[in-house]
Amino acid sequence: MEWETVIGLEIHAQLNTVSKIFSGAPTAYGAEPNRQACPVDLGMPGVLPVLNQGAVERAVMLGLAINAEITPRSVFARKNYFYPDLPKGYQISQFELPIVGLGHLDIELEDGTTKRIGVTRAHLEEDAGKSLHEGFEAMTGIDLNRAGTPLIEIVSEPELRSAKEAVAYMKKLHSLVRYLDICDGNMQEGSFRCDANVSIRPKGQTEFGTRAELKNLNSFRFVERAINFEVERQIDVIEGGGTVVQETRLYDPDRDETRSMRSKEEANDYRYFPDPDLLPLVVDSAFIETVREKLPELPDAKRARFVEQYGLSDYDAGVLTATREMGDFYEAVAAGCDAPKLAANWVMGEFSAALNRSEVELGEAPVNAEGLAGLLARIQDETISGKIAKEVFEAMWNGEGDADAVIEAKGLKQITDTGAIDAIIDEVMASNPKQLEQYRGGKDKLFGFFVGQVMKATQGKANPAQVNERLKAKLDG
Amino acid sequence: MSVDTSEVRRIAHLSRLAMNDDQARDFAGGLSDIFAFVEQLDGAAIEGVEPMAHPLDAEQRLRPDAVTEPDRRDAYQAIAPAVEGGLYLVPRVIE
Repeated sequence: MEWETVIGLEIHAQLNTVSKIFSGAPTAYGAEPNRQACPVDLGMPGVLPVLNQGAVERAVMLGLAINAEITPRSVFARKNYFYPDLPKGYQISQFELPIVGLGHLDIELEDGTTKRIGVTRAHLEEDAGKSLHEGFEAMTGIDLNRAGTPLIEIVSEPELRSAKEAVAYMKKLHSLVRYLDICDGNMQEGSFRCDANVSIRPKGQTEFGTRAELKNLNSFRFVERAINFEVERQIDVIEGGGTVVQETRLYDPDRDETRSMRSKEEANDYRYFPDPDLLPLVVDSAFIETVREKLPELPDAKRARFVEQYGLSDYDAGVLTATREMGDFYEAVAAGCDAPKLAANWVMGEFSAALNRSEVELGEAPVNAEGLAGLLARIQDETISGKIAKEVFEAMWNGEGDADAVIEAKGLKQITDTGAIDAIIDEVMASNPKQLEQYRGGKDKLFGFFVGQVMKATQGKANPAQVNERLKAKLDG
Repeated sequence: MSVDTSEVRRIAHLSRLAMNDDQARDFAGGLSDIFAFVEQLDGAAIEGVEPMAHPLDAEQRLRPDAVTEPDRRDAYQAIAPAVEGGLYLVPRVIE
């Protein structure tokens, strides 16, 4: 039987406010345990939550960026469950009236077509603390620094049909929250986390199959592998005559498999109810307009502009707008050398390769946009050839100075003086009489040999176009 | 609407409350009476009335995004039953 995969993603993005969603404690990552946990975060009796405006603004920003409805009156609710890293006994979240309603995100499929994925909702909530189970005799250590950190949970419609689509959606959203600068997107530190609801159904059937919820998907690669494993598992279960049970499964990257969490707890019953400590959150059109003014140019718009303004292919524009930093870097290089296509080739080629080789982030690269633009300008004005430029670039990357300094120090300036080139050609012709005779006898292929000899004699510094032209004239003359 | 003892037991478990059989029976009776009392509201004319999420007719005030809480870990941990290395200790929650 042919099966169809149905996937919906729930993505938690940590909002990059300086203080917590309901308290004035700091949110910085990596502090000593419990140094950033105040009475509100600790769930002390008598304390009251006060909502952080920065968290609301960021949620609205996301809503606007995915063309969603912003709920004029949204409500905070208590989600009740017991766990030691949740000292109040409930998580403040949103249930019936989330701040962001129905929106959508367009993803690009492998065949180049675009697919629109519905975003059901996005709601604000607080994060829980962390439990440390290792190293204590019969005890668990609790760190509440993370408790109360603002999260936005973004829930997709079950419209993704493969692991690849799920990854494309997740990457798109990851890029978007970073463009908006509402989340640092750091997946290692848990700032951007994903749960996936996965089910299968016979192709053509409209009802959904029973789904499993996959947790612990903290990288793009894990999302893809976990979903692929889970789909195979469900097919095996059904084709073996069994039924898929609704459950939460944990992905184990070491074994590349998903495992039932086999919780003895009965089905989750969070007994949501409106939090009496918080009043309805009213977001009026004036607030929305203030936030709208802060919106940066979004990835899709930037990509279209790059095609239009710089004459780039859609693919190249896509690569160069993958992150906001990359887009800004490219534009600075293009403006600095006034050669947008050359800049695109270099940023995507040599420069990106060097980043990968050195394993550094864009912001830490030893060659900045101004430096790269300076190098490309020397290609443009024919001081050096593209080939020599790669040598110069490597020296710049190794800290040997800017393009002009390297060209000067290594004597790499291109030879464009026709007289000098002619002299070298004469020399090459004189020392290779046999080849000259064969060439003039009709062996055209030897032209390449002569070009090679001239370039060799000049250590690659002769202007290639001039060499071709002068050589042709002299050999045929 | 009425609740039976098994439902009372389930809610008690979710709330981590200990309860013996007599108490479960008592609560089932008492809660059923409370529901019956509240159900009188079903007869109220509510057409055109917006559902309320809060009894006060007011809006949530927002706080500027700024750190205002100093680190007072030592004071907070002075009243905790057990701490180690800055962590609050609780009975182990997994095997």
